[in-house]
Amino acid sequence: MPKLITGVGCPYCGSSCDDLEVLISDDETKVLEVHNACIIGNNLFHHANDPTRPRLPRQRQPDGSMKEIPYEEAIDYFAKTLLAAKKPLIYGFGSTNCEGMSAVGRIAEKAGAVLDNCATICHGPSFLAMFDNGYPSCTLGEAKNRADVVVFWGCNPMHAHPRHTSRYSIFPRGYFTGKGQMARTVLSIDPRETDTAKLADVHLMLDQGHDYELFDAFRTVLRGHDIPDKVAGIDKETIIKAVDIMKKARFCMIFFGMGCTHTDGRNHNIDAAISLTRDLNDHTKCSIMAMRGHYNIAGPGQVWSWQFGFPYCIDLSKGTHAHMNPGETSSIDLAMRDEVDCFVNVGADAGAHFPIQAVQHLKKHPFIAVDPNFCMASEIADLHIPVRIAGVDEPGVVYRMDNVPIQFKAVLKGLPGVPSDEELFDRVYERMCELTLTQPIWLAAKEHRKYPHNTNPMVS
Amino acid sequence: MAEIIVKGGFVIDPTRKIDGDVGDVAIKDGKIVDKVSSSAKVIDAKGKVVMAGGVDVHAHVAGPKVNVGRLYRPEDKLLSGFCRSAMAQKNGYRMESGFSIPSTFKTGYDYARMGYGFVMEAAMPPIHSPHVHEEIHDTPIIDEAALPVFGNNWFVMDYLKKGEVENTASYIAWLLKATKGYGVKVVNPGGTAAWGWGLNCVSLDDPVPYFEITPREIIKGLIEANEYLGLPHSMHVHQNDLGNPGNYKGTIDSLKISEGVKPKNKFGREQVMHSTHLQFHSYGGTGWGDFESKAKEVMDYVNKNKALTVDTGNVTLDETTTMTADGPFEHHLQGLNHLKWCNVDVEMETAAGVVPYVYDPNIKVCDIQWAIGLELALYAKDMNRIFITTDHPNAGPFTRYPRVMKWLMSRKARESVLNSFKHKDKVIAATTLHQIDRELTLFEIAQMTRSGPAKCLGMSNIYGGLAPGMSADVAVFDLNYKNMPSDPDMIEKAFQRAACFIKSGEVVVKDGEVVSNGHKKTVWVNVNMPENPQVKRDITQSFTKDYTVQLENYSVKDYLAPHPFVINVDVEA
Repeated sequence: MPKLITGVGCPYCGSSCDDLEVLISDDETKVLEVHNACIIGNNLFHHANDPTRPRLPRQRQPDGSMKEIPYEEAIDYFAKTLLAAKKPLIYGFGSTNCEGMSAVGRIAEKAGAVLDNCATICHGPSFLAMFDNGYPSCTLGEAKNRADVVVFWGCNPMHAHPRHTSRYSIFPRGYFTGKGQMARTVLSIDPRETDTAKLADVHLMLDQGHDYELFDAFRTVLRGHDIPDKVAGIDKETIIKAVDIMKKARFCMIFFGMGCTHTDGRNHNIDAAISLTRDLNDHTKCSIMAMRGHYNIAGPGQVWSWQFGFPYCIDLSKGTHAHMNPGETSSIDLAMRDEVDCFVNVGADAGAHFPIQAVQHLKKHPFIAVDPNFCMASEIADLHIPVRIAGVDEPGVVYRMDNVPIQFKAVLKGLPGVPSDEELFDRVYERMCELTLTQPIWLAAKEHRKYPHNTNPMVS
Repeated sequence: MAEIIVKGGFVIDPTRKIDGDVGDVAIKDGKIVDKVSSSAKVIDAKGKVVMAGGVDVHAHVAGPKVNVGRLYRPEDKLLSGFCRSAMAQKNGYRMESGFSIPSTFKTGYDYARMGYGFVMEAAMPPIHSPHVHEEIHDTPIIDEAALPVFGNNWFVMDYLKKGEVENTASYIAWLLKATKGYGVKVVNPGGTAAWGWGLNCVSLDDPVPYFEITPREIIKGLIEANEYLGLPHSMHVHQNDLGNPGNYKGTIDSLKISEGVKPKNKFGREQVMHSTHLQFHSYGGTGWGDFESKAKEVMDYVNKNKALTVDTGNVTLDETTTMTADGPFEHHLQGLNHLKWCNVDVEMETAAGVVPYVYDPNIKVCDIQWAIGLELALYAKDMNRIFITTDHPNAGPFTRYPRVMKWLMSRKARESVLNSFKHKDKVIAATTLHQIDRELTLFEIAQMTRSGPAKCLGMSNIYGGLAPGMSADVAVFDLNYKNMPSDPDMIEKAFQRAACFIKSGEVVVKDGEVVSNGHKKTVWVNVNMPENPQVKRDITQSFTKDYTVQLENYSVKDYLAPHPFVINVDVEA
């Protein structure tokens, strides 16, 4: 009899929807149906069934081909490679669970590595702005239950976070927003006429790369001063009207994305956005939120902040203390200056998403990819180690884009013999300790966490 | 397990009224015992003070707002000195970082170095409880518990508005189980709910928008619900109007709400209200110009009312980070110092704000705050009802507790700080500290940091004392009871680095250095009471309509609190 599992979390985008229902086969090895997910989430679960999913590590041979090797051998190579490297870089963690991120912290400390995550190529500018200006924000339920004015600045949830507008930002009928979309005014500030812009009540189609001036103009108007007739390609009247809408809101919610972080101004755009939010709080209630891309990319920022004090670009190579200096200790910059001598790619795809020169530099050294499936990074790696898919055949804690922790379930039994990220890293750590004749440091939690392969204690 | 005997020290144990007698403390299998065999490991405590492990009743050490503080303050990691000590992997310990908001590893190690064995995370937003527990299990050595916040919770406000104390109690029981929480924390009651719309409740009778319930009603109702359940700890409150000149009157009015309610519990707890970081609530004057201490007035009331316990919230004159569920206060603070401001409103439940703050000794107001914190303790009559805290990290980092102890024990040390102030005369005019001769004794310090807080939390049979049966948390300090140092800095130094600290029967600190990662426990309270169909339905409804997470994913899973110590409370129908 197929089993229906409810309350399933979707391990794809930063919406981290946990209301999915998945119908699985009687033997708990196949996904039959997925309900409530968007098309991306739907595909993700069905992909877990893919019979070509690798079940053994694959190591690059001298002739360029890949050969399957047992996990023990892969773990040994991994441990030795990390220990031999003077400054390995361990990057990724957009798509795995917090238990894995925690386990890799131990390894990174031991190896004296640089620990970095996708924020370094994504919302890093948002972190830089936060370090200077703070972050007046809220959980998504606050937006759902209160927001009557919603601003999407440089982001397009209809594509990047498909159920965001249904679950949180435009359509839901919340506690104080019973009329749903009818009682919300939506502003889209985007140089393109995206699907979100088409849905919005007001679309400010600004000149690309001029967000900073527009944020500044908004602030100027809000403070009662005059602005030029046109700023960033938008008419003065339109700007004044938009500010008026935001100022008169009961609760104004600003969502922003790559349109602000990755265009001219970068972290300064976010800084201006946060300043605008702070200014608006003198008039009404206003919060801002970064549209984090992955379902658990907030995870490493949280886990490593409580373990090391920094959310990304963490240089542990000194051995005595952690050090963060984006620009110096960030993945791309380290790669471009050829300052790392080993690269580990986990739960992300540096092969696809790093600039090609960075990949070329990294490829001069041992390159290890940890990923449930084949990806560009695994196809150029010296070693590809498959692991379970967090949220599908491995449970764990994830942090949604608003930093709310959600305990994701596993819906399938794991592939036989394939470990989770956490288990893999712990075995690598133990091997590193054996090789250096040191004792592994398990804090209280670890001793009871070692679980045997192939059981899913958290499926409830 | 191991047998240990801590031999020949000056034992200070208020729970057995022992004040400096030379004696031994015997430990076996993690507990204090009457005696041990001759094969026990000997810890020589001759010429040194021996106390139980410290109990911190209120510190922000684990959770989302603590972590946002770490995340957005890279500069907090840049201070040199012991924060960057070479204690990483090769020595068998995790890396440490952070001054005002230490990493979880540093938190555990630093508390242990000071001989503290138990810390209460002061405010846990329920929806973030998995996060709090993740940080707790990453904090080595010390046992911890966390207090979920209830004072701005929509269920609580709804039920109490209708006078439904029993339903409130059922909800509290459910939430404690779901979040693996310890007790009832109330922060800026009603005001933080109002902050959801950018508003606040500054007086006890300001109604919360929409919910139309007042802070007074929330406080009263939660005290009643707490006693209905008979929880180990009392209702624990951070009053309204924190930090504003003249707030002392509102504070006393809030404290008076405890009158007439009898404590009901099987844990030896005698108070019905614990009022936290009282320093921030003992302000006189009408503005910053005539800002003054009202510590005496507040303590006059606290001394009279035996149903109260308080903790000080001492300002330590450091650069630190403020963080509190009093969201509107943090917004107000960033308007004063214009520093970076984080805010997180939490759906249905609470909010939090974070703003860095520099308690500059050159600023008169900061100096007066410093004096107020000390005056509160020095005016106290029953040292078992007032505890040392810094509302870490709000008034200062917890690593300053030894400095606070030094100030309380030495008038010379206090005067030395007072004399260093740029505006010394104005500070003296606005406070009474200069006129106070009292110097606290080691026994009184032990009451304020061991026996008192343990009893207040309903755990006097476990922590805070050295009686047989209690957890073997034993601290040895390099202080000669019969020949105390004339230099007060030596007092601070002794408490900063314990000569030896044994946690749950395991030596974890030796000569001020961490020697083990210990085996910490997560403590939480499990209330057993008959199921309440009304509350169950209300909870299900709310998760279906208003929350953005599923009810079945909300409760903290067992593996996140891997070494639980569960205190069971049985409530009759």
